[in-house]
Parts: sequence; C-alpha cells; structure tokens
Amino acid sequence: MSRANSVEQLVRGVLQGEKRAIARSISKIENNEPEAQRIISQIYPKTGRAHIIGITGPPGAGKSTLIEKLVKELRNRGKTVGIVAVDPTSPFTGGAFLGDRVRMQDLSTDEGVYIRSMATRNNPGGLAKATKDAAHVLDASGKDVIIVETVGAGQSEVEVIKVAQTIVVVLAPGLGDDIQAIKAGQMEIGDVFVVNKGDRENANKAVSDIRSMLEMSGEEKGWKTQVIKTSALTGEGIADLIESLEMHRAYIKKGALLHQRRAHAEIELIEALKEKITESIIQDLRQKGEWIKTTERILAREIDPYSAAENLLRQRPKASEKR
Amino acid sequence: MSTKERKIRVLIAKPGLDSHDRGAKIVARALRDAGMEVIYTGLRQTPEQIVETALQEDVDVIGLSILSGAHNTLFPKTMNLLKKKGLTDVLVFAGGIIPQEDMPKLRKIGIKEVFGPGTPTSALVDFVKNNLPKTR
Repeated sequence: MSRANSVEQLVRGVLQGEKRAIARSISKIENNEPEAQRIISQIYPKTGRAHIIGITGPPGAGKSTLIEKLVKELRNRGKTVGIVAVDPTSPFTGGAFLGDRVRMQDLSTDEGVYIRSMATRNNPGGLAKATKDAAHVLDASGKDVIIVETVGAGQSEVEVIKVAQTIVVVLAPGLGDDIQAIKAGQMEIGDVFVVNKGDRENANKAVSDIRSMLEMSGEEKGWKTQVIKTSALTGEGIADLIESLEMHRAYIKKGALLHQRRAHAEIELIEALKEKITESIIQDLRQKGEWIKTTERILAREIDPYSAAENLLRQRPKASEKR
Repeated sequence: MSTKERKIRVLIAKPGLDSHDRGAKIVARALRDAGMEVIYTGLRQTPEQIVETALQEDVDVIGLSILSGAHNTLFPKTMNLLKKKGLTDVLVFAGGIIPQEDMPKLRKIGIKEVFGPGTPTSALVDFVKNNLPKTR
C-alpha cells in the first residue's frame, strides 16, 4: 500500500472510519503539510456530531487511568471513542516522551477506540494546535465521544476550551493543598470536577471543599458545576461521571450555550486568520532587503524590535494602492 | 516563519512477558533528547497491540525490546502483522537479550538492526537518523 495517498483517498478513508487514513491525516495536520488544509476543508462539514470532552488537571491526579475506566464503560454502552493524549515537548531538545498509552493498554486493540498521542511542539498554552484539527478528524470518522487529555500544567486550561465542549478537571486528594492546587482559571472553566483516588481518606473532604468553593464563586450560568468522587482503581463514580457528562451534553445541545459555541467558531476563525496573515506578511517582508538590515540594527541596539516592526509594516504598500 | 519541521515518531515496545524495561526507557529518553517524539507502550504487549499502536500513531520507527528469549516467536508474528496492515516502510530495530546466532534470521524478516546491552545511545540515535524511511 503506497503511503502517498491522495487527499480524496484520505478523506474517503476518514469518513469511513479507516484507521490508516485517520492516522495519515492527523500526521499531515501535525506536520502542517500542504494537503492538511484541503483535508480539513473536506471533512469539516462532517464534524459537529461528536461529544468532545477535555480532561485536564495536575500531573499525578490519575487522568489517564481514569480515562481508561471511563472509556471501557462508554464502550459497554455502545459508544465509539477517540482519544487525543497530549504531552509536553521539551523546549530544549524538541523531543517528547508520550507515555499516556501505558495507562490505557487495554484499549489498544479495541476496534471502537482510536488513541493518538501528541506532543505540544512548543505551542504555548500546552495544547497542540493540531489537537483541535485531530479532534475534527476523529469527529468526521464517526467517533461518538472524543476525549482530549491535556498536560496538567495549569495554563493549558484556556487552550482546552478552544477544543472541548465539556471540560473535566481531575484532582486528587493530597496533591498539595487541594484548593491552592486549583489555579486561577480552573475553577471557572471546569464543567465537571472529579476528585480521583476516592479511596483515599481525605477524598471526601476534598469533594466538600470544592463544592463550597464553587458555591462561593457564585456562578450565574445555567449549568450547575458537578463534583464527583471517583476511584479509577475500583471503578467507583464512573457511572456518575458518565451521567454528568451526558447531562452537560444535553445542556449544551439545548442551545443554552449557543453564544459560547459561536464564540468557539469565532476563535477558530481568528486563529486561522492570525496564522495566515502572520505567515504571509513575514514571508513578504523577509524577501525585501530591509529584513537583514533591520535585524542587524536590533542587534546593535540601534532600534527596538517594536519600532522596527512598525517601520517595516509602514513601508508595505497598502492593499488599496496600485500593485 | 518556519514551517513546522517534521518530527520523527518512534514507538518503543515491550513484546512478551518480561518486565525489564530499564533499557527500553533509556532508549526512549535518548531518542527524546535527540528531538524525537517517543511513544512508549508499557509492558507485556502482544504483537497485535504493538502493530495497532504503530498504525494509530503513524510512527516512522519501531524499537522492540525483549529480554525473555521469545524473540524468535514474537518478532516474526509482529513483522507479519505489520506487513498485513500495510506498514511496510517503518524502520524496525530490536534490543535486549538476543543471541548473535539469531540475528541473521531476524534481519531476514525485516529487523534492520539488533542492539545488545552496552550499546551507546548515540549509536542508536545515529542509526535511526540514518535509516529513516524516505519521506512518505
């Protein structure tokens, strides 16, 4: 089988749920190959069906183990699942150790589960840009549920919103002070909070602490944030978790959060515009002789980068002027 | 602006029942430090699990680590499955405890190289970089 599949072949394969096509498509997207955009544009109309769930939280909370249990139960209920597991790229070496699969070994030969490990490739915010598009591919391939597992570094939560419809924050008792461990932003974006390792003795306290914090924050939105105790080891709480996820899904489908979904679409558009505008302008400027001279001037401290940027931009002919 | 550079994706797998993963993890770290994205399967993988993972993760390279002596059964099974699934241009190497006299047989089924204990990690990194499948 030749590796050089055409875009049409890949798209057809994706829409049929064919794993090879899914794998190759995600790779092209990750590598920003020229076919990537054509693939996305052809599958995009087929997206919007899946329930996309973002799972975040500090390292050590047991996200991957919990996901394995969650997915097994979803499979029992006849759902197909796609998982995108994101781990950090080393800023020094550019490499990454993607070890989330170790905790999900039982799922690797389940026909109804597709797992892709991704590195952040130094996208600040901790969530690989390609994750969003990989989720679209899995959506178009017919997966009912897509789980995006992110690095639990704290800043990635904002990125997760751009991808997921339901956000689950997984915590574990004893990871430092539970409340201090919830960095700013996590309280606001979590739709469901999970206290994992629920067999531990301070688990119940963690649950009630989080519940009181949520009450204090006085949320006005129509969704009542859920707090659930689970044990990925024993399976406790998994059914409750699924129920909460389904409830949230019903809530957002009702259109209650239509403005939020519109905001998502707008964010996607802005991100795409930023990328195209930036790339085309910089490519354009690079070709002009001024580029090297300008960087030399910055190096010599003759000019600061911001003024230099302004100068370069000012010199560009405006779109309305004759070309 | 740089286009995203192509990262080398490597699967480090432990087929069979031995639980000696120190070597596998050292190799995984070395390749990561050389800028590659390394997916580690964990212990006790069947050939089916390994090939399925390689397929979904669209890896360029597979490293099989085995110390139980079962390589003569597990490696051919794995290579056959890879072929069946169309993953014919993945670079496959092996490591662990594999006797010299078994190596020609393994090379014949498509295992490009076998690295014994004591192999410097730099040799591994160079091997991978120099033997990558051509751009797909």
